[in-house]
Amino acid sequence: MREIPGTITGISGPTVIAEVKGVRLYDRVYVGRQMLTGEIVRIEGDRAVIQVYEDTRGLALGEPVRSTGMALTVRVGPGLLSNIFDGLQRPLKRLEEDMGFFITGGKELYGLDYLRRWRFYPLKKKGEEIRYGEIYGYVEEGPFKHYLLSTRDGIIRWIADGEISLNETLAELEDGSELFGCEEWPVRKPRPFKRKLSPGEPLITGQRAIDLLFPLARGGTAILPGGFGTGKTILEQSIAKFADVDIVVYVGCGERGNEMAEMLEEFMKLTDPWRGRPLMERTILVVNTSNMPVAAREASIYTAVTMAEYYRDMGYHVLFLADSLSRWAEALREISSSLEEMPGEEGYPTYLASRLAGFFERAGIVETLAGRIGSLSMILSVSPPGGDFTEPVTQACLRTAGAFLMLDTSLAHRRHFPAINWFQSYSLYTGELMEFFNKKISPEWSILRQRCNEILQKEESLREVVEIVGMEGLQDSDRLLMHIAERIRLEFLCQNAYTEDAFSPPERTVERLKALIDLYDRTLELIRKGTPFEEALR
Amino acid sequence: MRLAEHSYRTISSIRGPLIFLEKVFSCRIGEIVRIISPSGEEREGEVLKIEGNTVLIEVFGETKGLDIKNTRVIFTDSIKSIPLSEDMLGRIFSSSFTPLDGIPAPLPETWAPVTGYPMNPVSRARPEEFIETGLSCIDGLNTLVKGQKLPVFSCAGLPSKEVVASLLRYARLREETGEGRRFVIVFGAMGLTFHEYYFYMKTLEELRIDFVAFINMADDPVMERLLTPRFALTVAEYLAFEKKSDVLVILTDMTNYCDALREISTAREELPGRRGYPGYMYSDLASIYERAGRIKGAKGSITLLPVVTMPEDDITHPIPDLTGYITEGQIVLSRELHQKGIFPPVDVLPSLSRLMQNGIGEGRTRHDHRKIANLLYKYYARARDMRRLEAIVGREGLTEQDRIILDFGDAFEREFIAQKERRTVIETLDLGVSLMKRFGLAI
Repeated sequence: MREIPGTITGISGPTVIAEVKGVRLYDRVYVGRQMLTGEIVRIEGDRAVIQVYEDTRGLALGEPVRSTGMALTVRVGPGLLSNIFDGLQRPLKRLEEDMGFFITGGKELYGLDYLRRWRFYPLKKKGEEIRYGEIYGYVEEGPFKHYLLSTRDGIIRWIADGEISLNETLAELEDGSELFGCEEWPVRKPRPFKRKLSPGEPLITGQRAIDLLFPLARGGTAILPGGFGTGKTILEQSIAKFADVDIVVYVGCGERGNEMAEMLEEFMKLTDPWRGRPLMERTILVVNTSNMPVAAREASIYTAVTMAEYYRDMGYHVLFLADSLSRWAEALREISSSLEEMPGEEGYPTYLASRLAGFFERAGIVETLAGRIGSLSMILSVSPPGGDFTEPVTQACLRTAGAFLMLDTSLAHRRHFPAINWFQSYSLYTGELMEFFNKKISPEWSILRQRCNEILQKEESLREVVEIVGMEGLQDSDRLLMHIAERIRLEFLCQNAYTEDAFSPPERTVERLKALIDLYDRTLELIRKGTPFEEALR
Repeated sequence: MRLAEHSYRTISSIRGPLIFLEKVFSCRIGEIVRIISPSGEEREGEVLKIEGNTVLIEVFGETKGLDIKNTRVIFTDSIKSIPLSEDMLGRIFSSSFTPLDGIPAPLPETWAPVTGYPMNPVSRARPEEFIETGLSCIDGLNTLVKGQKLPVFSCAGLPSKEVVASLLRYARLREETGEGRRFVIVFGAMGLTFHEYYFYMKTLEELRIDFVAFINMADDPVMERLLTPRFALTVAEYLAFEKKSDVLVILTDMTNYCDALREISTAREELPGRRGYPGYMYSDLASIYERAGRIKGAKGSITLLPVVTMPEDDITHPIPDLTGYITEGQIVLSRELHQKGIFPPVDVLPSLSRLMQNGIGEGRTRHDHRKIANLLYKYYARARDMRRLEAIVGREGLTEQDRIILDFGDAFEREFIAQKERRTVIETLDLGVSLMKRFGLAI
């Protein structure tokens, strides 16, 4: 590490200008006597423009700046799971021990606990060859085998076995280099893998409306846009609780503090329905609430996705959830405008779409360097201003996201939750996944799905007629359809996040729909034979 | 720390609330400066931007009467803080922190920076203690809990101040606070007209509850409007977390606050966002609203009730929109109900309390609270649908059942929503049940 000193010559909000020579773009810098963390975002001659990730209040002209010569990184290794970090990967619990209930800034804390002891099990022997990204051993992190991946090629000269901590050498190679249990990774650089595969396995969310109508794929991406009060957060959290994945990384990006408190408490109590273990054991939380520094909010999704990729590389199925991507985009906008860049649509920088696309591309199901299959799926909520989906962030997301789950304000007003609009939402993975559902869950899956869609379509067109002539004016068969459609909406598509019903395994999902559609078929038969509506329904 | 104060007479330009000062050799961002006008008047300002040795200062208060040659700027080496003391209870301050009640300012016990610090999310306790507001539309259907931020969305001409006044008069914590805890109201008013000022002062004085008020009148400096909610919340944090009080903060009207923010932002020549409001308005509002909450292991709490007047009655306008994205629900007032003479004119359909779930049920309110709320909600929503249908097909065209629902809707508004006196939550729930029973609706 080569450290480069400099001095502050200008400050404007979170942007600091410093006189400093020989730095690189996106290097991490410590700013001022408080040692605030920042990143170099622009270089003009000997002047560097620094984006500071903490509150700059009290920073003075002439204070020192120190470049670390390294990019903004996170530390990845055992001990990330069941932890809660801020946008710069500082563990919030230890921050609380140090600073009390309020975050005052200017404190560097590592994301990992270097004193904690782990039992290390080697998987390679002395004299064996190892390649970059290959597994050489593991430690037990909760219920998971936390595989340790080699950071270089070589032949093992010595390998540890037994209790270790993260600052100890785990293996030595013939060329004298050492392997450690943790590594630093630049957040803005995707972690490598052997090759990307096409998504073909479903990501079961336990939400009936999603699993049946708009199925998601492991390694796929989905966005959840909706105005305020449409239940984005509740839905994101329900998915975080019940999704059939190994590991969940959840980013509270510019959202409410109380929500995070609630989520923390719940995750401590709940168990993972797929494994029966405490939910927190499989979860990493990254929290940057709306009142925490804006620039760190921008970094938070990168911090989180890097940790998610790290677990993917061990061959796990990881789900990345962010609430909300709009807050990230707004942070980008604030930073951009403080750098006096030329604004694009609605003040967002013109690189919004390409940044977003680059970020979405970090999702995928891959063959890892170690030859395993791992996936990183993303479900991201979007908060369009005024609930208007034509705004730039939603539109930019639509171009890359594989599924669009539109949350509808009018459904939310009717207390229909999850308020997923069944006409406008879509999933591009449907085709690939149907086969899986038909084979593994129920042979009737795609037929029932089709029937469900038809009934809902028909209901919509009949609704206009009902507005004019009233229910009484309909034919009995149409009245039946209206009745069944209503029950599909209320009993099938609606799902109460606060009761047992919050999680619906796919087998139960298909059963429930089948019961309703069977009822429809049976009753329709009776009506055709001349039985009056009320009687037939009984 | 600098050893001595240093002062400058090097102003290069004055523009609205902004001063450019040159040849400054040492200053901090956010540092407070004292500005002495040629006539000797003193006001405060804050360092906003430093570029080399040129400093941009934002003046709190009037810039009228300042000049380039004789105005002196003194750097204080400290950031904006306010004095705090328990003796502030019962006092009324202006937005420049001078007492309005003619009594000398209380002696400070401690000082705290007005912008506060973000609460560590892991230190937050989940809000779950019920607050009885005494209004059925809130207690019954959109329950408020301690530590929540719940705005009142109003429209021009609607009685938002009367609604706030009833909340002030009726609100109680259900379980006895005990252990030296008390219930305190902190009132922050931005851009208040005299008429409103008079009304609120009268209400506060009649209250016999401890309160602290910060008043920024409509003709007070715009810059001070941005400080008012921060004064209020800094005092609230002190009372809540150091003096173990349950604090209810009322901020009115956030629309005036946001307009002030826009005005200042334009003066700074920042890029305007939607409708001219600055792009950082979300973060700025969050820095106010997010100060509500509870802390694990600490006794006090801050509950926040901001009032937002929706320009053009439009809920998608940036001010209510961004507010709604930050707060935990909203109470929406309706012009239609007001015209019908219903008070409080709360439209329960678009209203929502996100934290209701935590505060109700066995041991908090009553075991059947959720069920009753859902049913009332369902029937009333249906009644509103029926009203639309009635407008098309006429009452005669409806079925008997639909007509019952329609009548229920009217009775619900007249008897449940409207109220003249405080109701306990049990009375509210009983009223809801008896109303449904009267119309023979399934419970």
